Amino acid sequence: MLRQVEGSRAVAETVARCRPDVVAAYPISPQTHIVEALSDLVAEGRAGRCRFLMVESEFGAMSACIGASAAGGRAYTATASQGLLFMAEALPNASGLRLPIVMTVANRALGAPINIWNDHSDAMSQRDAGWIQLFAASNQEAVDLHVQAFAVAESLHVPVMVNMDGFVLTHAVEAIDVPDQEQVDALLPPFRPLHVLDPEHPVTIGAMVGPEAFTEVKYLEARRQLRALDVVGEVAERFHDVTGRRSGGLTSSYRLEDADVVLVGLGSLLGTAADVVDELRDQGMAVGLLGVSCFRPWPFEVRDTLARASRVVVLNRAVSVGAGTVLGGDVRLTLAGTPVVVHDVVSGLGGRPVTRDLLRRLLTDAAEGRLSDHELVFADLDESLAARALESELDHEEVGP
Amino acid sequence: MTELKLYQVGTFAAGNRLLDPSQRTEQSHAGRANSITSGHRACRGCGEALGARVVLDAAMRASAGRMVTVNATGCLEVFSTPYPESAWRVPWLHSLFGNAAAVASGVAASLQAQGRDDIRVVAQAGDGGTVDIGIGCLSGMFERNDDVLFVCYDNQGYMNTGVQRSGATPAAASTATTRPVGSRVGNAFGTGKSLPVIAMAHELPFVATATVADLHDLERKVVTAMGMHGARYLHVLVPCPLGWGTSSADTVRVARLAVESGFFPVFEAHDGEVTDVGRIRRQVPVADYLRLQARFAHLFGEPGHPDVVARLQRQADRSIAHFGLLEGEPS
Amino acid sequence: MVTAAELLSVAAFAQGLAAQAIPSFGSERTGAPVVAFCRVAHRPIRSHDPITTPDAVIVQDPTMLQIPGILDGLRPGGLLLVNSARRPEDLGLTGTSARLVTVPASELSRSRLGRPVPNTVLLGALAGLTGIVSLSALQEAIRSRFSGDAGEHNAALAADGHRVAHETLAEGDSRAQAG
Repeated sequence: MLRQVEGSRAVAETVARCRPDVVAAYPISPQTHIVEALSDLVAEGRAGRCRFLMVESEFGAMSACIGASAAGGRAYTATASQGLLFMAEALPNASGLRLPIVMTVANRALGAPINIWNDHSDAMSQRDAGWIQLFAASNQEAVDLHVQAFAVAESLHVPVMVNMDGFVLTHAVEAIDVPDQEQVDALLPPFRPLHVLDPEHPVTIGAMVGPEAFTEVKYLEARRQLRALDVVGEVAERFHDVTGRRSGGLTSSYRLEDADVVLVGLGSLLGTAADVVDELRDQGMAVGLLGVSCFRPWPFEVRDTLARASRVVVLNRAVSVGAGTVLGGDVRLTLAGTPVVVHDVVSGLGGRPVTRDLLRRLLTDAAEGRLSDHELVFADLDESLAARALESELDHEEVGP
Repeated sequence: MTELKLYQVGTFAAGNRLLDPSQRTEQSHAGRANSITSGHRACRGCGEALGARVVLDAAMRASAGRMVTVNATGCLEVFSTPYPESAWRVPWLHSLFGNAAAVASGVAASLQAQGRDDIRVVAQAGDGGTVDIGIGCLSGMFERNDDVLFVCYDNQGYMNTGVQRSGATPAAASTATTRPVGSRVGNAFGTGKSLPVIAMAHELPFVATATVADLHDLERKVVTAMGMHGARYLHVLVPCPLGWGTSSADTVRVARLAVESGFFPVFEAHDGEVTDVGRIRRQVPVADYLRLQARFAHLFGEPGHPDVVARLQRQADRSIAHFGLLEGEPS
Repeated sequence: MVTAAELLSVAAFAQGLAAQAIPSFGSERTGAPVVAFCRVAHRPIRSHDPITTPDAVIVQDPTMLQIPGILDGLRPGGLLLVNSARRPEDLGLTGTSARLVTVPASELSRSRLGRPVPNTVLLGALAGLTGIVSLSALQEAIRSRFSGDAGEHNAALAADGHRVAHETLAEGDSRAQAG
């Protein structure tokens, strides 16, 4: 039912309807409203038999989820930024042990410097942890993706991370349709674990694997992630069948058919970008938008779509320090061998908003050949401030011996 | 008539043929669970392998086989699961080094949610995974009173990685990171922590210490713990022939000397108060205990460090006084 | 402020409009300046970017008016609604093309609730001045957010604000007619 509700609250209600057995979470801005709401829902008996564990850290949270899942329960947690890093050791442990845990990441910048506002550096930092990573472009999609996440996870026995922009989405109040219990049940059958701690059938989970078998295990994991490319799409289709809504899947396209310049991005900026694309189209520019909904595994199929454009502007809200960007790198790799010009742009770090003005300027500059394509462009940099700081660094640098 | 006390001396046959069958140990029963079976890769004389077998078989009996185990990274995990083999005949999960307590909490919560909470949860870790890297998660499990029995097999160092010092390493011990070189006389005095005392500060329903030297006591404590619910902690001293530099035949003997010298106090506590202690029948000088271990060899010989030995003796005496460990003393 | 933006969005939703309320975010702290935003539209709202060119700005605490740049971006002729017992011309604001309206919201709420809680009065005034939402939708939103007496008092305060707004409009009309 469509309601005016806060994003976090809607996510919590959705998760509660996914019938989790254990929610283990540690508070961190901007995820707090999700876990607070879940705690209330559990206490009010509106989350079935779910047990809520108030753990001592994010490492404890993911560890408790690992235990809960291995014992045959459906497990969920939520975190952001520093919390994601604090559980970093446990992430590949969960994926390596084939535990289909679902986690919300309320995307927030990584410190130092400490910054509680929204960007994608947290998710980027864990891209190789073996988790499937989905990105929500809106609160409606965030809600929908949580149901899909459990279905994908339990189909593949791979954990899934649902990324939603911290504060921007989590704290926005808007019209959201939280799937009802019947819809969720239709999409999410009871959890059937791959392996489980059961006195009737004792198994050893988490053995030590040496050089003689490790490579094969990792190869199989990589193959499984590629299968996820199909499963994510299938689950999104089933979701549409049950709710009538299109959300999730691998990518979303907007006015791409004859687009000459395409913007590629993740998350809530896609909504702003759609408005800008409409504006520029009205002015006669052939621009389009490709949103990546499934970031890991990477949807290599976008090659065919993007190869029809002459320029692609990748909007990154994270920097791969010393190497460029992750999203830009993935796009470049995908387009290798094609004549498409790729512009690698960084903006929106640490909560600086990605504005209409910025997107308008970027797309126009790209279309008119004014956007650099052979260096990383920091599109919303305060250049004079940065220049002054650099100069000052040079002044104070010790030149010796 | 004078009450006749039966003392066990010399070899300690597990059969205990002088005892009524109902009083015999679980280990003496042919039908014991054999939770960790033979073929694992532990060192000969490994105290931890012995301790784990005793603890888990007793727990399996107490729970009628309805239990699952969570194991931290460490010697026990490494020597028992060389893929594709496993020595475990019970449901067993290994996650990471520092999270056994949190994983076990998650297991317990999950079983409760599923209505399967007749299944008991036993977590096990070495001293490193308990007192150092594991303490955050452990304290969390303690304060939430999660329904888990956490067993620490304390061999007083990071043995699996080559005998480095842990927060459980006793003063003056030589380890790979506290070698008696330069002016150092082994591990520093005034460092380290007692997890049993920390556990008691959490006012847990059950805290106890035990060793592999007293089979009955160890099993009894496991059974007591398994008869309760909530967060419970058992700390078991398990000598490590490799790390301690003892003869592999001396594991049980060395553990007994640790107790009888007062070096390792044996006690049981409920809700933060000590309720029972393991009495020392005849106090043994710490030197008798230390001399069996190469990790203390630098304290002896010419000139040795008699002052350090004396300091260790004073530590043991304080421990005996604090817990009231001598027979005939009020506890 | 955070609640006010949300209430406005709920009222708009009830009337079949699309609405989006966004607080500006920071760590928990009482007594500090806080900003919140709300968009109301006839079509679905896709963008979550911050509002830089508002049609209306509500200022709950008039001391905020001293903050430089606080009125930047307000559209020419846009509404500046200030919680104050003073007349608009006495606020000391010069060189603005904003349509300036003051409402003694704190005083009104003090008389009903015994405390200066100006939110709902100001929302009522906003509704009355702009018609962005109806008073009844606003009151419904208020009652669903605040239960019992609190809900009733706040709904009445919204009506107070709405009434004052209409009086201001009437005054302005008669002045315009006179002048």
